[in-house]
Amino acid sequence: MSAARVGVVTFPGTLDDQDAARAVRLAGAEAVPLWHAERDLKGVDAVFLPGGFSYGDYLRCGAISRFAPLMEEIVPAARAGLPVLGTCNGFQILCEAHLLPGALTRNQGLHYVCRDQRIRVENADTAWTAEFERGQEIVLPVKHGEGRYVADAETIEALESEGRVVFRYAGGNPNGSLNDIAGITSEAGNVVGLMPHPEHAVEELTGAPSVDGRGFFTSILKNLVNA
Amino acid sequence: MARVIVDVMLKPEILDPQGQAIARALPRLGFSGVSDVRQGKRFEVEIEGPADEAALSDVRKMAETLLANTVIEDFTVHIES
Repeated sequence: MSAARVGVVTFPGTLDDQDAARAVRLAGAEAVPLWHAERDLKGVDAVFLPGGFSYGDYLRCGAISRFAPLMEEIVPAARAGLPVLGTCNGFQILCEAHLLPGALTRNQGLHYVCRDQRIRVENADTAWTAEFERGQEIVLPVKHGEGRYVADAETIEALESEGRVVFRYAGGNPNGSLNDIAGITSEAGNVVGLMPHPEHAVEELTGAPSVDGRGFFTSILKNLVNA
Repeated sequence: MARVIVDVMLKPEILDPQGQAIARALPRLGFSGVSDVRQGKRFEVEIEGPADEAALSDVRKMAETLLANTVIEDFTVHIES
């Protein structure tokens, strides 16, 4: 059978799209470049929104990207079940697009934080985390200035009780995120957003703190093959 | 021509670390008696026609859609006199 095709989105100011495409290819899938200005998902099986500073983070992180022509295709497709992963700026865009609840705000300590971060997997049933085990700790790089996850008390309560907190920071919260939340998923489990960067933790050669990021891509491949 | 102002503030329950940093800096500069500072954004929207109810309604829609993220922010709209 032909390889699964994972779309990697580039907005003006996206930085991590090449690493994202490389991570997708390392896992054995085809990385399909998707351009923000085109209304064409090119028939991909899943979409990866990588990090960076789309539109210079003007107004709010992800606020302008959310209205890109490509997003008008991604939003209904995601609501219909297309697996979508957003990391860092990608997570911010997913929240601004209301595919995920809540918002990412300025780090509590006001500093940009760049470090290797321990993260606990809280939900290993999503399209992007099935290759992990619940309670497993992984190490991924974080690098962001606006990663403090906030939502109203009701939303937090719902996320917690429905098991939709997918990742939690372990060994110290880098940004003041509520309940140490590092990543969440949609009700259906197909959309996942997180601040840490799995695409930067797939190869020893790059000085990554681990290769734990590979699990995201092997998870989605398995999910697509079994679909 | 009219100018419509949109003020956007983080909701009261959302932590504002920038406002806090400003509040902490003020006493060092000799400003006393400040109990809190919240930081927000102000947008000046120039409209071509008069600032009638239809125009204001449009600006409110802009604020809701783009200028503010109503998950974490509140906004107010007024005409600059």
